Amino acid sequence: MQYALSIFLSGISLGGQYALIAIGYTLVYGILRLINFAHGDVFMVAGLMMVYLSTALPLWAALPLMLVLTVALGFAIERAAYKPLRSAPRMSVMISAIGVSYLLQNLATYVTGGLPKSYPELPFLSDSVVIGGVSTKWVTIVTPFLVIALVFALTQLINHTKVGMAMRAVAKDFETSQLMGIKINSVISMTFIIGSFLAGVGSMLYFSNYPSIVPLSGALPGLRAFVAAVFGGIGSVPGAVVGAFIIGMSESVIKGSPFSIFSDAFTFALLIVILVVKPTGLFGEKVTDKV
Amino acid sequence: MLKETKSKKGAFIALACVAVLLALTVVLENVLDPTRNIMLFTVLKKGAVYALVASSMNLLNGFTGLFSLGQAGFMLLGAYAYAMFTIPSAARDSVYYLYGGSAIRFSLPELFGGGAFGLILGVLLALILAGIVAAAVAWLIGLPVLRLKSDYLAIATLGFAEIIRAVFQWDKLGPVTNGANALKSYPTFSSFNIPGGLRLSTFVAFLLAAVCIAVILLLINSSYGRAFKAIREDEVAAEAMGINLARHKRLSFCISSFFAGVGGGLFAMFANQVQAKTFTTALTYEILLIVVIGGIGSISGSCIASFLYVACSEWWLRFLDTEVTLGNGFKLPFLRNGFRMVVFSVIIMVVVLFFRRGIMGDKELTDLFRKRKPKTAAGKEGAK
Amino acid sequence: MKETVLQAEHITMQFGGVVAVNDLSLHVDRGEIVALIGPNGAGKTTAFNCITGVYEPTNGRVSFLGKPMVENYPQGKLAKTYAGEHQGMFKEKLSPTPDHITRLGIARTFQNIRLFGSLTVFDNVLIAKHMRAKQNFLSATFRLNAKEEKRMREEAMALLEEQNLAHLKDEIAGSLPYGLQRRLEIARALATDPKLLLLDEPAAGMNPQETQELTDFIKKIRGEYDLTVFMIEHHMDLVMQISDRIYVLDFGKLIAQGTPEDIQNDPRVIEAYLGVADDVED
Repeated sequence: MQYALSIFLSGISLGGQYALIAIGYTLVYGILRLINFAHGDVFMVAGLMMVYLSTALPLWAALPLMLVLTVALGFAIERAAYKPLRSAPRMSVMISAIGVSYLLQNLATYVTGGLPKSYPELPFLSDSVVIGGVSTKWVTIVTPFLVIALVFALTQLINHTKVGMAMRAVAKDFETSQLMGIKINSVISMTFIIGSFLAGVGSMLYFSNYPSIVPLSGALPGLRAFVAAVFGGIGSVPGAVVGAFIIGMSESVIKGSPFSIFSDAFTFALLIVILVVKPTGLFGEKVTDKV
Repeated sequence: MLKETKSKKGAFIALACVAVLLALTVVLENVLDPTRNIMLFTVLKKGAVYALVASSMNLLNGFTGLFSLGQAGFMLLGAYAYAMFTIPSAARDSVYYLYGGSAIRFSLPELFGGGAFGLILGVLLALILAGIVAAAVAWLIGLPVLRLKSDYLAIATLGFAEIIRAVFQWDKLGPVTNGANALKSYPTFSSFNIPGGLRLSTFVAFLLAAVCIAVILLLINSSYGRAFKAIREDEVAAEAMGINLARHKRLSFCISSFFAGVGGGLFAMFANQVQAKTFTTALTYEILLIVVIGGIGSISGSCIASFLYVACSEWWLRFLDTEVTLGNGFKLPFLRNGFRMVVFSVIIMVVVLFFRRGIMGDKELTDLFRKRKPKTAAGKEGAK
Repeated sequence: MKETVLQAEHITMQFGGVVAVNDLSLHVDRGEIVALIGPNGAGKTTAFNCITGVYEPTNGRVSFLGKPMVENYPQGKLAKTYAGEHQGMFKEKLSPTPDHITRLGIARTFQNIRLFGSLTVFDNVLIAKHMRAKQNFLSATFRLNAKEEKRMREEAMALLEEQNLAHLKDEIAGSLPYGLQRRLEIARALATDPKLLLLDEPAAGMNPQETQELTDFIKKIRGEYDLTVFMIEHHMDLVMQISDRIYVLDFGKLIAQGTPEDIQNDPRVIEAYLGVADDVED
């Protein structure tokens, strides 16, 4: 029973963390039809920045600064690596994304010297708590609530503000919304800003649970979050969140079973099954090609 | 008909060039002392292996327009297949010591009676098997995956490569795959050095890679190659021209995987040991970047880029990784472990963003020698 | 009695709640030039796509040379939401892929030209010859099919010469002027050895002189290749000049059919076009 509870707790918290990353994927894909391969690495860089900033600054200053820098990074990546390729074939943009991911990982290796860095102890979040006989950290409990609050705020933004309306319009039809006078570039920047901000928050929650962080730390959580986004129906924010909780849960269950070596394999198998059986995911909209 | 004789002449010249190149590798390896020029020969061998793998990826991504990121998975299959069938019986117990010996009890070179003859036949057969295993798995994977569009296809093939890697590391398969441990003691390129005679290791690497790349080129310039290009250009139009999309995509996927598998086998011969953890997504990305640098849709580009890439990363840019302190005590900034890869990735981003056509674009070396005709009718009629 | 090449029976195509083609029945006889006209958005291209296998019709049957080729009926969720007629009339499901239909002998061109843009003019035509070749990938790779390859090249070249495109054979198809691209697309379709040629707005974007050339061209190829032609076109001059018969589609429904004279005097047609007069010369 206790075992089941601990699996459940870690599943919920992983799911919440993946959800924050998955939203970044789903927003960008919804608008640019691009799998932002670098998103997982932005998440990793956010973690590393926190490591370095917290050694120099008090936490109350380091945390917001980390979020600001992460957002700036996301914005800069879009402007430098994706915007120049707006009219290029989709393959080029995807290759550019892979290139950025490669660059971020190598930069991180260079800066850290390839050594694992331990994530700073955050007050409260890193403290232990015992629930139903299971010892865990507060972050595990806080994550799902924080995620729900952030997602609520995001859906309000998307559904009830002018920026949100522009985002929905661009996601529906890129060219037409451009003709309607929507400033495409600022809308795209906005999605990257939101995505990076959430990835920053996610990195704080995720790495608080892990002893250390290495340059490759972002790659796998990134891919899992992407799978979650596809599972939920890419382009849909609630879908990404639901998908992320399902992925987090199943990962937690498999990690606790004798098949732990297959946890990533399972994630990908799930992805392939969804893509083949129902490519629109749980909440996605169907798009037909015009001939 | 004029064009046909011209292309025959071109093929002949290309063949002659390759023969000269092969002869050169023999001369080079026997004139220079390989122990003193380790870097040079490492680069040559690894470059040859990468050239093949990059060409196989280009066949799929550049010529058929299927963006697949499964190359590392197919290389893994090839490398394991090659190693498993060629480890000498005597060495099997020590390689598989954790699992009390290997489930496979034979070794191909020994089946052919050992010796030089057995070695050559055994290795060749094992490499072909490596390709067939990879192609067979590709056929299975292709059934569901090839229906997907561009980026979904990419992520699904990437996922399959990861699944393959996890399966090969699984304990339960230990007697076959040796679990997470390395396979070794199988014949490598160095096994082809004649003791006390000619050193042929680099030659063998080049020869095998060249034969495979030649076959890829022949395919690309055949009717099937044209059909692949048609699919790349416009799937709807290709289908309206009677090209069966599913069949041709599967064919391209399997052939590309076949050569990735053979490339994996060659990689095993180069690396002297095979371990599943080598074949990560990062390896696929590396190959992809080579294809991009060389030019998507150019096999000669992929070959040139392979050697350039390997030479830079293994040799020429090595100095970036070592700290240098000048005579006056001034320490050069930035130079320390990891800087090489940073410089490297910056170069790659520059290529991706500003030189999108790469070194060769979609031209081949032979096109460069062909004289360009002056702009004719199309220009005139356009002006009309 | 003439041989019927193409017969469509009660074709209905429904996208979600929208019925794009509603109960369309038509036939094209051997050697005829038949036109399908109608205002923009009437469902003409959708009808083409149903015939060539790009779409699966929701209900109805298409037969080619007397044999059923495409057939479908509303199934699953669609069975409940189906808004068309003749539900339950068809029981079979036949949905060959477009390449299969091309193999049977139906070739087409596209409204928005779809050439293999970065390949040469010659390769564009040569690719269409791939379908009927007997080689497999091994024999093709290792050049065991030299004879066949040579024959394919000769046939492709002959076709280019007949279409006066031979001098352009090494040009990149995408760099040709518009009119020539249209002609190349037709030449490419002819290279598949079709019995029936479907042309989707072949004169779109052409000036009167080019349109006249195209008119003569279509007449010429019908004779030379023993073709049957079925086309969508907006240029009334062209349609009235060369069509043996005309079908008129409006809002997915057939509103008139007959000879050019019948159509020109049909009040329903005039009404349909007057309602959207701007589109006539589109």
